[in-house]
Amino acid sequence: MIFAGIDMGAKMIKVILIKDGNIVAKSKITGGFDEKESAREALRKALDQLSAGFEDLGAVVSTGVGRKLVDIATFSVTDVTADAKGTVFLHPSVRTVIDVGAEEGRAIRCDASGRVIDFAVNEKCAAGAGSFVEAMARAVEMELDEFAAASLKSNKEIPMNAQCAVFAESEVVSLIHSGTSKEDISKAVHDAMASRVTAMVRRVGVERELAFIGGVAKNPGFVQSLKRSLGIENIIIPEDPDFVGAIGAALIGSEGKIREE
Amino acid sequence: MEIRRYRSEPLKCWNRAKELRAKIYRDYATAHKRGGIRYSGSAWSFHAIPYGLGDDVYVLTSEPYGASIAFERKLNEEFQQAAEARGWAHDLCAYMRSYLGSMYLNRYLFGGEFPKPDFCFQIQICCTHSKWYQAIAEYENVPLFIFDVSVGPYNELDENRLMYVVNQMHESIEWLEKVTGRKFDDEKLIEAINTEFEVTSLWAEICTLNKAIPAPLDEKSMYSLYVLATLDKASKEVASFYRELRDEVKDRVERGIAAVATERCRLITDTQPPWGFLKIYRYLESFGAVSVGSLYTFGLQGIFADQEDGSWGPRKRPEQLGIKLRNRDEALRYYADWNLSKPEWQHFYDPKLKTEMMLRIIKEWKVDGVILHLNRGCEGLTTGIMENRLGIIKHGIPVMTYEGNMGDENEFDEKRVIARIDSFMETLGLSKIA
Repeated sequence: MIFAGIDMGAKMIKVILIKDGNIVAKSKITGGFDEKESAREALRKALDQLSAGFEDLGAVVSTGVGRKLVDIATFSVTDVTADAKGTVFLHPSVRTVIDVGAEEGRAIRCDASGRVIDFAVNEKCAAGAGSFVEAMARAVEMELDEFAAASLKSNKEIPMNAQCAVFAESEVVSLIHSGTSKEDISKAVHDAMASRVTAMVRRVGVERELAFIGGVAKNPGFVQSLKRSLGIENIIIPEDPDFVGAIGAALIGSEGKIREE
Repeated sequence: MEIRRYRSEPLKCWNRAKELRAKIYRDYATAHKRGGIRYSGSAWSFHAIPYGLGDDVYVLTSEPYGASIAFERKLNEEFQQAAEARGWAHDLCAYMRSYLGSMYLNRYLFGGEFPKPDFCFQIQICCTHSKWYQAIAEYENVPLFIFDVSVGPYNELDENRLMYVVNQMHESIEWLEKVTGRKFDDEKLIEAINTEFEVTSLWAEICTLNKAIPAPLDEKSMYSLYVLATLDKASKEVASFYRELRDEVKDRVERGIAAVATERCRLITDTQPPWGFLKIYRYLESFGAVSVGSLYTFGLQGIFADQEDGSWGPRKRPEQLGIKLRNRDEALRYYADWNLSKPEWQHFYDPKLKTEMMLRIIKEWKVDGVILHLNRGCEGLTTGIMENRLGIIKHGIPVMTYEGNMGDENEFDEKRVIARIDSFMETLGLSKIA
């Protein structure tokens, strides 16, 4: 029996297929305007890898911001639950999970079974999420990957005080006009974002090992800033950090729990 | 999984509560037609004292008035914009901005022109309280009396601190006679103080009945009931209503009548809710989660004390202790002491005091989880709330927080709060009941 987890992120849709407790296929596409169809397309793409069809699926569990739009889902779970489940499956010693995606960041404390004990989500502000970095990269006319790597070349501490992505962009523009290098600007942006995420993590508390998941975990500049900000050198980053929510959703589906009572 | 369903039925006295609320607002607006006096003051003001001027003295309490405006979201926006256009900052008390806007635009929420008070009679425990009434008094050109009640927590009350408040009460009576030209009647004062004791202990008794499983009342409904004490806690009509309500709630407990038939998880909240979005409480119920109250709903007006068995319940009134208030000074001493023991005044001095009371509620009301509203609209009640969170979490109780504003929807993100509730329900092991 195959179980599917679909993570309907703010930007990307990620699908994981699990069979006999093992990950057997995955796919990722950019979410389109028609999210229902995008979810089907992403799922079809993963199933094609196994030469399987929808009829081979035991359960489809959706998660992520657009989870309720997935009409092929058996049921849905929140990102918080899916993240904790997926992370502990991949790294059983982890008790604190940080997930930063395109539009939202969250910190989760969980137990050995992946059950959530406490969580914090960034309030209505994009300044602690991936889209903020993308906007800042655009402001200095760099590709995202290039912008992320540039941060590692700087040692300067430039505080950015703005609590809002819109005002932060004004600060970046001021830095450009004052002749600050792109490397220093990149580090300033990542440091500012890391400090917001750190505040959230401290709210739930750091217990045992800590994992960082979500698309932003692929940004080495931010990872470096986060390590500095948290004062923790050893942060676990799974191989595919952006797929962890989908893994958790698929696992929950495989447990066969009925969500509607 | 089969969900247990309790018997549930609507409150019989619900309509009376609605009618009484409307009557209080109407009586205030039409007081002058009957030769009466109107005044404005906080829901925490010493309402019993102006009753010494006669039975025809009516109060417009500003916080519940602000909350009523907040419920009318479009109008609220208009009123708050009017206040902000006159220079009041967006991050000030949401109730204050709504009230001031209503006053500036000369529109009463319940119809007609804004009924100008004859005087303001206010207490100060949070900074907004005094500034708010200074603004009213200056704009309306009416006299203002402000009590400073910030004498420290009740567990540290001594004679000097008590007398600091009692002396202000004496002074306020002389002031009332001067500004109204009326002779003050001590018999009426004592009667009103006794009524306020009854109203505030009755409300505590009603809240205490909610310890029962299933809870006879849900917090969303309690908001429409506790409000009467906030409108005029020294009113004989409110006392009469609370007696009826207490008897009905007692009967519900005896018969096992639930506020929410599918109760399977008991929650408490904290601070004022986002008034324009009370539907979040109904959303919780779709999971079988019921908010059985909060320190805010219980202790904003309810006066509690330790009971003989060590539990928390209504404070005994002097009359119940065989004490008769014989004169003005005796009555005012008791009155000051009674109000200074108000649960919701304690956290202004130390968040630990609030955490202790919340933990007590969690234990005695058999609570499974806590939802804290980080209320940007009320600095006073939100002060220390993250300390409360830590104190509760330390005891292994799950806590969810959400940012919002009791009276400004610009600071409330409904979709995100619903998403957060979904996550919290999952952490409590709850899914939606089909």
